[in-house]
Amino acid sequence: MGRAWKFGDDIDTDAIIPGRFLTIYDPKELASHAFEGTRNDFAAEAKDGDVIVAGRNFGCGSSREHAPLALKGAGIEFVVAKSFARIFYRNAINTGVLPLVCPDTDKIADGAEVFVNLKEAYIEAGDRRYPLEPIPEFMMRIVEAGGLVEYAKMRGNK
Amino acid sequence: MGLTITEKIFSAHCKKECRAGDVVMAPVDGAMIHDITGPLAINVMKEMGGGSVFDPKKVIMLFDHQIPADSISAAENHVMMRTFAREQGIHNYDIKEGVCHQVVPEKGRVKPGDIVVGSDSHTCAYGALGAFSTGIGSTDMAYVLKFGELYFRVPETIRINANGKFQDRVGPKDLILTLAGDIGADGATYRALEFCGNAFSDMDIPGRMTCANMAIEMGAKAGIVPPDEKTWEYLRGRTDCTPFSLASDEEAKFFEKRNYDVSKINPKIAVPHNVDNVVDVTEVAGKPVDQVFIGSCTNGRYEDFAEAAEVLGENVFSEDVRVIMVPASKAEYMKVLKAGLIEKFVEAGALVEAPCCGPCMGGAFGLLAPGEVSLSTSNRNFRGRQGSTESFVFLSSPATAAASAITGVITDPREV
Ligand code: SF4
Repeated sequence: MGRAWKFGDDIDTDAIIPGRFLTIYDPKELASHAFEGTRNDFAAEAKDGDVIVAGRNFGCGSSREHAPLALKGAGIEFVVAKSFARIFYRNAINTGVLPLVCPDTDKIADGAEVFVNLKEAYIEAGDRRYPLEPIPEFMMRIVEAGGLVEYAKMRGNK
Repeated sequence: MGLTITEKIFSAHCKKECRAGDVVMAPVDGAMIHDITGPLAINVMKEMGGGSVFDPKKVIMLFDHQIPADSISAAENHVMMRTFAREQGIHNYDIKEGVCHQVVPEKGRVKPGDIVVGSDSHTCAYGALGAFSTGIGSTDMAYVLKFGELYFRVPETIRINANGKFQDRVGPKDLILTLAGDIGADGATYRALEFCGNAFSDMDIPGRMTCANMAIEMGAKAGIVPPDEKTWEYLRGRTDCTPFSLASDEEAKFFEKRNYDVSKINPKIAVPHNVDNVVDVTEVAGKPVDQVFIGSCTNGRYEDFAEAAEVLGENVFSEDVRVIMVPASKAEYMKVLKAGLIEKFVEAGALVEAPCCGPCMGGAFGLLAPGEVSLSTSNRNFRGRQGSTESFVFLSSPATAAASAITGVITDPREV
């Protein structure tokens, strides 16, 4: 259970973590600047278990992995959006923040209590369940390994 | 059934027929890291068990975003990367050569038919030379550094067929902004763009770089111009390669085809805060600007400054505008210098800085205060991209930027 942090369409990586903080690599420290200037309450109030709920094209723009790391540092485990920008999608999976596609995010209000059930593939908000699209199979292999770092370790130095 | 240029490149690398939608592990011919995303990639590679990079000759390292170091933490990142380069035997261009997407092609580190990845979203720029190149994150890059290959989903292709001749003072940037406006910020997500037609075959390599660079602004994975005589001419003396033919088969399956007559395109401008908010310059003409930036990997080449100089003519820049010019690489800087343009720009009131990303990403210098307006030849106008989240960034061609820098208000370059 956590609260929904609701965002609109085309949330870019400059909004998630502005360019001037890119010399930082620590997730917690990055989190303290997440959405700085565009949504200041996020860094102050986001808690473990909270979920980002957004519109189309979440994470567009830069390839900076600082963006999913900042969300991870803030305790975000899931980002549920209508669609994702390609590089963010992969970065999120690689860093262990799961990007989940859901066409119904308009129906979830900011601040709503939400719960993600990954196994049964739905997000629950206010007694209603909205289905989540499955993560593509080749990405799921990385998720199941525990991220790309673990996946690479399994592969070793072959 | 025929194959697209993208499917052919993947098929050649994977030694089997690859079709759009296939998920393949493909070897890469080059991997570029810079000062912002590189340290994270190196750290993650160490977490993956470290060891040697797959091939030091295929790793391209340089610093461009925060140079010369603009903070102690940036300096520390540079030191960390220099040490890694030394240990691994990687050639490091350091802070001396310029912006990654100009330096990689310029130094002959990419060829037609290559697969090149970079931990920077505008890596798609090398499609200007007929390569499949794409931006990846730092963890994917760590995997590439270690293993020299990566999972890709072979993308479908959207073919852009652009024909005709540009009007005077209208060019590649106006075309690519037009496309961004039509296709939208996510209209090409997971797809490759292919740029064809005589507007592209007539276009010089710098113009093609401007277009391929901005493929990501439509969400595209790559933006490819099939190689032709101009491509091979550009590569001569930069790298060893024998010309070969590489193009989509006519009967290849395209996701979509779009036709453009470039003679009908007017000077375009992207208004805040999204790259696909594109209108004719005339629609916002007269709006005062505080800063004009001519530079970046999109429009920081000699041709861009020559165009700005032509628009400038005998004029000077407005007293009310800060004009910042940053050639994209040392080689481009030298061309601009030798042509006498730097003298001309400085006399007209501009600041001309050494090659780097500069104000493009609002990190190093040239940041905006709340309420300020910037007109920039770069590729992104997201809220806060160049400083305060309450500032405003417009994107245009160098001609429109120069015209507006003269008058102090957004100006159609055909009117100066
Ligand atoms: S010039 Fe701008 S867009 Fe190009 S690499 Fe540098 S920061 Fe990125």
